[in-house]
This record gives sequence, structure tokens and C-alpha cells, in this order.
Amino acid sequence: MAATVVTVTSGKGGVGKTTTTANLAVALALGGKKVVCIDGDIGLRNLDVVLGLENRIVYDLVDIVEGRCRLRQAMIRDKRLPELYLIPAAQTRDKSAVSPSDMVRLCDDLRAEFDWVLIDSPAGIERGFRNSIAPADVVVVVTNPEVSAVRDADRIIGLIEAEEKGPARLILNRLNPALVKRGDMLSADDILDLLAIELIGIVPEDENVVISTNRGTPVALDGKTRAGEAYLNIARRLGGEKVPFMNLEDKQGLFQKLARMMRSGG
Amino acid sequence: MLTYKRSVINIKGIKDGLLITLGEGEWAEVETLLLQTVAEREAFLKGARVTLDVGNHILHAVELGALRDKLSEHNISLWAVLSNSPVTEQTAQVLGLATRLSTPRPERAIRSLDTNISGDQALFVHRTVRSGFKVSHKGHIVVLGDVNPGGEVLAGGSVVVWGKLKGTVHAGVDGDESAVVCALEMDPMQLRIAGFTRENVQRRGKPEPEMLWIKEGRLVAETWKAKK
Repeated sequence: MAATVVTVTSGKGGVGKTTTTANLAVALALGGKKVVCIDGDIGLRNLDVVLGLENRIVYDLVDIVEGRCRLRQAMIRDKRLPELYLIPAAQTRDKSAVSPSDMVRLCDDLRAEFDWVLIDSPAGIERGFRNSIAPADVVVVVTNPEVSAVRDADRIIGLIEAEEKGPARLILNRLNPALVKRGDMLSADDILDLLAIELIGIVPEDENVVISTNRGTPVALDGKTRAGEAYLNIARRLGGEKVPFMNLEDKQGLFQKLARMMRSGG
Repeated sequence: MLTYKRSVINIKGIKDGLLITLGEGEWAEVETLLLQTVAEREAFLKGARVTLDVGNHILHAVELGALRDKLSEHNISLWAVLSNSPVTEQTAQVLGLATRLSTPRPERAIRSLDTNISGDQALFVHRTVRSGFKVSHKGHIVVLGDVNPGGEVLAGGSVVVWGKLKGTVHAGVDGDESAVVCALEMDPMQLRIAGFTRENVQRRGKPEPEMLWIKEGRLVAETWKAKK
């Protein structure tokens, strides 16, 4: 086995890197693959929370790098999916505890055993970002349909090109089709026109994501929500499949529409 | 009189235009006869390049210069003077006239038409200038790609963007007001040429190919349209 190392990054914070990493990891593992995800956000870890594994952390990434434990000891196995593991970040240290070459070495050790290594990059363009993209085979940039997030994504894509890790691939997160339709939100076309990289997924705005994140059960675990479906599709695209983009138009049937009209009318 | 005149003033066509041979006699008289002939045959001589063979006449700058001016009043350009007298030859040379017919004019023989156009050096950037990135160069800059919002292009000379210009561009940073900026889609965040800043343009519809330059102390823009 030779794993593909995928780094999820964004530049701007709060666009959904960690949620994306957790859901892609779950989606890939659901497809029967061996997956390990690494929280690259040392000092501000939260991938463990989103995956619902926070209370099982004993050792972390810095312990591995500094030789206080073996690689296996720091890997937390997800009980819901047999082949999903997490290497958590240290909470009490900062990004300088790990170097880009440490990350390359760690990933090289993991490649033999796994199909996918997912790295959740911290926000920003400093050490943590460099650590995270150093071992990457594929870089995925997450952005929101907001001017500031797109601007940062553009900068990050340039830095990825400069590190010769490009071309990055794009996930557009939290798109609200109704707002786009009204012309109050950047459309996928506007963003792609500017960023000019390959789009591998659009995740619609979905309140289920907030709920599931707080519960520690990523939406991809049951693919019944719109967002969960989108993540499952992205995982398949990462695996090289051609999956058509889902229709983001309102799914409401005639009956619901009528019911709503009557409610608002009365 | 006419025969006398003819024997004194002799005109014939040669490779280099017309050759007028002057006979012996008092210079003032010969000159008068020459000018008379020229006046009589103005229609024929008009615009001619003329070589004057003055034979043994010794001419100084005053006389030769005066003659040249009078001939040019008749639209005749005197370009060479042939003479047996070294003094006259020297005078002709001082006035910038040729003194030999046999030696072809140097520029004619050596200088072939030069079809190579010499241009200026430019920096060629074959990628998109993304947010936070900067291209600067003392000369001109050509970007084959887009300039995204937050990207900067600073050129001592002109800037050509074969793509969308949405970032910041400053042409003629050292004050060169002959610099221009062109782009396929002109929609910059900020645009300056030398000391001039583009007024904020509210545009309707899609940005078009455009060129901006400074004309009479103002930044002007011209949209490029394909001929229909």
C-alpha cells in the first residue's frame, strides 16, 4: 500500500477545514479504505472534537516527533469505523515543536500502512501551514463564498504553487443556493473564474453540519443529509471517480410548496 | 544667340539625374544663361536632381551657394558639381555637394533597407499573479495570466496583461508618462501610470479589452473592439 497524503488548508480560519477533514476521512473510511488523519493545528487542536475522539487522547503528534511514544501508541482508532485513525495535535505546545521534515518523515512511516493520510492544516500561512503541506501529494483548498475567504484562498493557492505542491484542488463550503440565486452571494462560477483551479466539491450550507460537529459525529457517517452526500461525493472524486455534481436547487416538492404558500397566506 | 547659348549650356540625362555642362566664358554671363535656360524649360527640369559640370570655372562658396539657391527656387536640386579646378571642388565639398559621378553615393551602395525593428526589453511572466504576490521590473512587464485582487504589478515601463486585470498595477513607477497599461479584461482594484491615478470607474457589464495611457495630462482609456 502506498498512501496518498492529502492536506486540507484554506488560509482564512473558520471556513470549515476541520469539518472537511473529518468528513472526508469518514467518507473514505466508509468506502473501505484505511485512513489516518493528522491534526496539524498544534496548540489549537479540534479535529479530535469534531471526530468525537477527544476523551481518548493519551499521546499526540509532538510526543511522536520527540520520541516519547511509538507511532502506534498515538494513533486513536475510531470505534464506529474499523479503519479510521486519528493522530491528535498537542494542545500545550505550539507549531514550532514540529518541523516540515518531521511531518515528511511521519507521513513516510504512515504511507506503507494506509490508503489515505489526511492532514488538517491550521489557518494562516506560517509554520503550521508549511508543516502541513510539506508531505502533501494533493492539496485541497477549502473556501466559502465570501470575498475575504476567496482572497485568502487565492493567496494560499499561490503559496502552494510556489512550494511546487500545486495545482491545488478546491472545495467550496457553505454555499447557499438561494442566496446565489438572488445575487447576494458569490456563485461557484465567480469563484472558479478567479481561482482557476479544479473544483472537487461544493458543500451546501446545512444546519446538520453544526449539529453533528457539536456531537462529534460527522455528517458523512450517515449520508442522508445534503452536506453528508456532498462529502461522500468529494471522497469518491479524490479516489479518481467521475461523480456528477449534485443539483443544489431546492428539493422541495410541489406539496411542500403549496403547504408553505397556504401557511404564509393564512 | 540661341546657338551660342546651346553650346554653352548642355543638358543630358544620366543615371543620376541630369548632367548640365557649362561652357567657357565670363561666369556671370554663363550663370545668367543657365538660369534663363532653366526658366525656359522649367516644366521639363522641375524636380530634377542635377549634376553641374563647370569645367574650368573657378568658383567660391558665395557664387556656388547663390547658384544652388537660385536653382532650388526652380525646384531643381543640385547635388553634385564636377570641376577641373581643385578650388571649385573644395568649395563644392564645403557646401556638401558631391564632386564625383563615378563613385556611387556611399549610402546608396551600402545601406540596404533595415527591416529589423529594435524594441525594448520586457519581463515575461507566464502565470497568474495571485493575492499577496508581486511582480516588479525596471522595464516593461507582460503577464500571460490573470492579475487577481491583492496581486501587484509594478513596472518602470508599460504593462500588458493577457488575461484579467483585477489587482493593483502601476506602470511608469519612475515617472515615465509614455507608459501604457493594457489588459484583456480591464477591471483593476487600483491603476496608476506615472503620477496619475485612475478615477474609480463604475462599470456596467463585462469588462472589455482596454488600453490606458496619459494624454495631455489626463489618463485616457480606449476600448479595443474587433472589426465586425
